[in-house]
Amino acid sequence: MADITTNIAGLKMHNPVMTASGTFGYGLEFADLVDLTQIGGIIVKGTTLHPRQGNDYPRMAETPSGMLNCVGLQNKGVDHFCQEIYPQIRNIRTNIVVNVSGSSIDDYAECARRIDALEDIPAIELNISCPNVKQGGMAFGVTRKGAASVVKAVRQAYHKTLIVKLSPNVTDIADIARSVEDAGADAVSLINTLMGMSIDIERRCSRLSIGTGGLSGPAVKPVAVRCVWQVARAVTIPVVGLGGIMTAEDAIEFFMAGASAVEVGTANFIDPAASVHIAQGITDWLDQHNCKSLKEIIGAAGVR
Amino acid sequence: MVAAEYPAEGYVLLRLTDSEPLPEIRAGQFVEVRVADSPHTFLRRPISVNYICRERNELWLLIRVVGEGTRHLSALSGGDRLNVLFPLGNGFTPGHDGGQVLLVGGGVGIAPLLEYGRQLCQAGAVPTFLLGGRSKKDLLQMELFEQFGPVYVTTEDGSRGQRGFVTDSPLLAGGLPQDMRIACCGPKPMMMAVARYAKGHGLECEVSLENMMACGLGACLCCVEHTLRGNVCVCTEGPVFNITELTWQI
Repeated sequence: MADITTNIAGLKMHNPVMTASGTFGYGLEFADLVDLTQIGGIIVKGTTLHPRQGNDYPRMAETPSGMLNCVGLQNKGVDHFCQEIYPQIRNIRTNIVVNVSGSSIDDYAECARRIDALEDIPAIELNISCPNVKQGGMAFGVTRKGAASVVKAVRQAYHKTLIVKLSPNVTDIADIARSVEDAGADAVSLINTLMGMSIDIERRCSRLSIGTGGLSGPAVKPVAVRCVWQVARAVTIPVVGLGGIMTAEDAIEFFMAGASAVEVGTANFIDPAASVHIAQGITDWLDQHNCKSLKEIIGAAGVR
Repeated sequence: MVAAEYPAEGYVLLRLTDSEPLPEIRAGQFVEVRVADSPHTFLRRPISVNYICRERNELWLLIRVVGEGTRHLSALSGGDRLNVLFPLGNGFTPGHDGGQVLLVGGGVGIAPLLEYGRQLCQAGAVPTFLLGGRSKKDLLQMELFEQFGPVYVTTEDGSRGQRGFVTDSPLLAGGLPQDMRIACCGPKPMMMAVARYAKGHGLECEVSLENMMACGLGACLCCVEHTLRGNVCVCTEGPVFNITELTWQI
């Protein structure tokens, strides 16, 4: 059986499939339906220093091969996470990674500092790419300077594996990736959602409460694969790929584009065990293609 | 699937079964149905449980065909297999506390009230039904409702029962007993009108919300309703809420 273990800058994974932030709750919501230990890692929902109510309903619109959301980082804050959630999930035998977001550099750094103190959290994913909040979020992730300033501050506050989640809503994602690498990121994950919009033509208004939202699902996969391919060539740190992965074959595309691990997001809504099925499917694919290890296909895609 | 039936134009009744006995299901809980692989029906469809027939191990879904997803479902037939996640959410208050219960439904929102009526009846209560539709062809399964308690109906076109909305029914105009509680499912304006009536008359009232959902498991946070506790997921905290929890302006 092929070796599908992977290592993202010190984050050791028994398989390369994690669940994407905001699509799998804290894992507990899926515990009755999925063997959580079969997942390479669970990236729990976006956590901020202070509690956030998120945006008003409606927050979701289904679109061809995908969906838009504008949840807006609803969460009860990092202290609630540390005190109430962490004790319930710390012993799940997989990697629990916290997605950290914020509206100011100080908030990001303080939130990361509090997560740093949790011994069973081996990594954070720094979200500088949420398109659905007014302040912070994606605003930091769309300029070299903004991205670097957050990563520098968090790097000082956080001492374990620091993954930075990038936005595709930029002119040159490779350029942003280089700037976060220079600022001290251990790895990058991409892509966050693509900003989009859907209009109810009978009511002549947006289907989402704040007008725009983030597009996810298979509709974004080709954009995501392209971004991973560009970034993997621009940086030396590991790349985690995500965006519309529904099947093992989708995940293989991301590995061949240069990803060392992948995240599964929207697919969890349709099949709660999608990540487990995809991990199994990756092993099967490698075996069928006489690959002894996942590493053989990382970055293997050439250009015709 | 055991069979698909077409009780009226624009509706389909899916009768589903499983190789294992159906689990405990509370009236008001729902299922998430996966629709065949069409790019336009990407997400599962949340559908309320219409009726459970234990003798035949059947779960019924009464669906109004409104879009591509429900159109796909209406094209299924006996022998087809459906991927269904259930039971999800919290249902209506179960059991019989000695008081009377009025079940108010509008449109396809009457669907879960049949199972609620059955469960109340099983618990020893005699529920009263007040069911409204645009016309008599929207009032389905009436003979089944009548097995469980008295049924009052309203139609907007006057083709059956009182003309108008459920709130125009003489049943409400006459005033309800103070120990009667209300359970309501239907379009939001109708549920708000019923909630206003309940509040005005000091009656307990539960409503079943149908906010748009993606996961149905409390993970995506898309279906939130604003409550006194802040934004909560309708899929896990609801879909049934006591109106005192909500921040509706009624």
